[in-house]
Amino acid sequence: MAELVNNKSPLARQPVEDTAISPWKEGWRSFKKNKVAVIGLLIVVFFILMALFADLLAPYSYESQKLADKHLSPSAEHWFGTDEYGRDILSRIIFGARLSLWVGFVSVAGSVIVGLVLGLLAGYYGKWVDMIISRIFDILLAFPSILLAIAIVAVLGPSLRNALLAIAIINVPTFGRLIRSRVLSVKEEEYISAAKAVGMRDGRIIFQHVLPNCLAPIIVQSTLAIASAIIECAALGFLGLGAQPPTPEWGQMLAESRAYILQAPWTVLFPGVAIMLTVLGFNLMGDGLRDALDPRMKN
Amino acid sequence: MEYPMIEVKDLQTSFRTDTGEIPVVNSVSFHLEPGEVLGIVGESGCGKSVTSLSIMGLVPTNTGKVQGKIQFKGENLATASEARMRKIRGNEIAMIFQEPMTSLNPLFTIGEQLTESLRIHRKWNKKQARARAIEMMKLVGLGRAEALMDEYPHQLSGGMRQRVMIAMAMICEPELLIADEPTTALDVTIQAQILELMKKLNRETNTAIMMITHDLGVVAEMCQRMVVMYAGKIVEEGDVSTVFQSPKHPYTVGLIQSVPDMREKKERLYSIPGQVPKPGSQKLGCQFAPRCTHAMDRCLSEAPPLQPFNNGQKVRCWLYGDGKGADIYDSAISSS
Repeated sequence: MAELVNNKSPLARQPVEDTAISPWKEGWRSFKKNKVAVIGLLIVVFFILMALFADLLAPYSYESQKLADKHLSPSAEHWFGTDEYGRDILSRIIFGARLSLWVGFVSVAGSVIVGLVLGLLAGYYGKWVDMIISRIFDILLAFPSILLAIAIVAVLGPSLRNALLAIAIINVPTFGRLIRSRVLSVKEEEYISAAKAVGMRDGRIIFQHVLPNCLAPIIVQSTLAIASAIIECAALGFLGLGAQPPTPEWGQMLAESRAYILQAPWTVLFPGVAIMLTVLGFNLMGDGLRDALDPRMKN
Repeated sequence: MEYPMIEVKDLQTSFRTDTGEIPVVNSVSFHLEPGEVLGIVGESGCGKSVTSLSIMGLVPTNTGKVQGKIQFKGENLATASEARMRKIRGNEIAMIFQEPMTSLNPLFTIGEQLTESLRIHRKWNKKQARARAIEMMKLVGLGRAEALMDEYPHQLSGGMRQRVMIAMAMICEPELLIADEPTTALDVTIQAQILELMKKLNRETNTAIMMITHDLGVVAEMCQRMVVMYAGKIVEEGDVSTVFQSPKHPYTVGLIQSVPDMREKKERLYSIPGQVPKPGSQKLGCQFAPRCTHAMDRCLSEAPPLQPFNNGQKVRCWLYGDGKGADIYDSAISSS
């Protein structure tokens, strides 16, 4: 009897499930299912943590030289060996993560903001506004991006800040065009006409209805752009146009050590692997985000 | 006030193209009294939707041009400023769109979108607006309104979304509701429910409805008066019962004949041969002449005027004499 009393009706036991799932939460759900993308996310998080806690993690200072210890092969004391000035490569890579990620995030943030404003204007207002903005994008895209970056740095002078600026500039048209095309299609949606029919003003329509519907592709493209920004930063560093020594920049580490590739391969191997891993992480994550957020992938 | 609530006079909406300005809506005139339901009928591409967009002031300003008069409570909307139109839209004139599936922004909850116009026009706070929105949702027959407020459009069915759209349009108690094919995208049972709902709202709130549709069944069900449009012009106008009983214009006759009749077993459904001409493609004569089985020489060279009949019906056709409005050719059509 007691059991019967305690045994609730099967209807009563059903938990009231929260049915309201925002599209963003749904995107996160399908992202979690994608194992490769989660691995990418883990790699990215690993490097971000490394960059944040570089001071605590690095066993040595990134700039203290010890010429007696030059070109030591990897050992318990120096896990990744030392370079031509006897600096600990592991420590330099850990500090280098800070730099590369900084360049990646800041330059992409810059290009997104500028690209967003230009793309929204061009897409929403069309006509001559679109003409001018789109032609500027066309001109910027006509140059191979790395050449354009080299030209910009050559004019402004080689430094990390200018490299960052150059990378931001060369990425603007990609974002601008992406956003413009997205705005063009969102603009034709009936909910935009409906918003107008309710009596909303342009500014509110752009920020409340158009912009949120453009965010998903922007997030995806940003992740992928961070990866290419890191490579571009390394390339500029390698050419001596980015960070200046003794700043531990991965590309510049490669450039300094390439003469010793046969005698001390670890001096080239580890910075190279670091670049490869970060870029791989961002790319895997970006692909996963695309699958999760792209409306065309959904059924 | 003496004048009707809305009176459209000689409305001409044209669009600029590479080949010049092409009129899509041409000298259209009609009026609506408070609480009246007017049907605007015609095939796709005959200017019904452009007429409604002209009234709302939503014709794109860079390519479109609206001429003529749209008197709304004595104010000409065709020349009203954008700021004034924003105040009217959603507040005094509201609109329901054809596609309930795409008329809601997928990223916001139903509640956020429903309360939007209250917050714009009435400056209500969140709590007030929410209470009113829930009340409105119950009025349009949406059960569990409180829960729906926090759901996203993709969780609702087409019929539910159209109810939400109606609630959204009616929430500021507009005097005129423009419904642009509100039931076209829905299946038949839901269609009937939505029409029933709109009738109920019309009765209870005395909101005038301009029903744009290509479905004669909807007109018969809902409207008191109807306007038949063809190629941007009104070809026939009158009380719904009169027009259905004695359609005058060959186009109207064709439209009524092409409705399947359950009582009769026909081998083949009637259809009007040909299709609506592209706007601006035909300059001379009656626009319907190339498809008309009664076309005469005169139809190809001279455009007929809209002629009034004694019973209030108006027809744009040469079959009915030289503007005398005589009913002599009635038998000629009904026997065919």
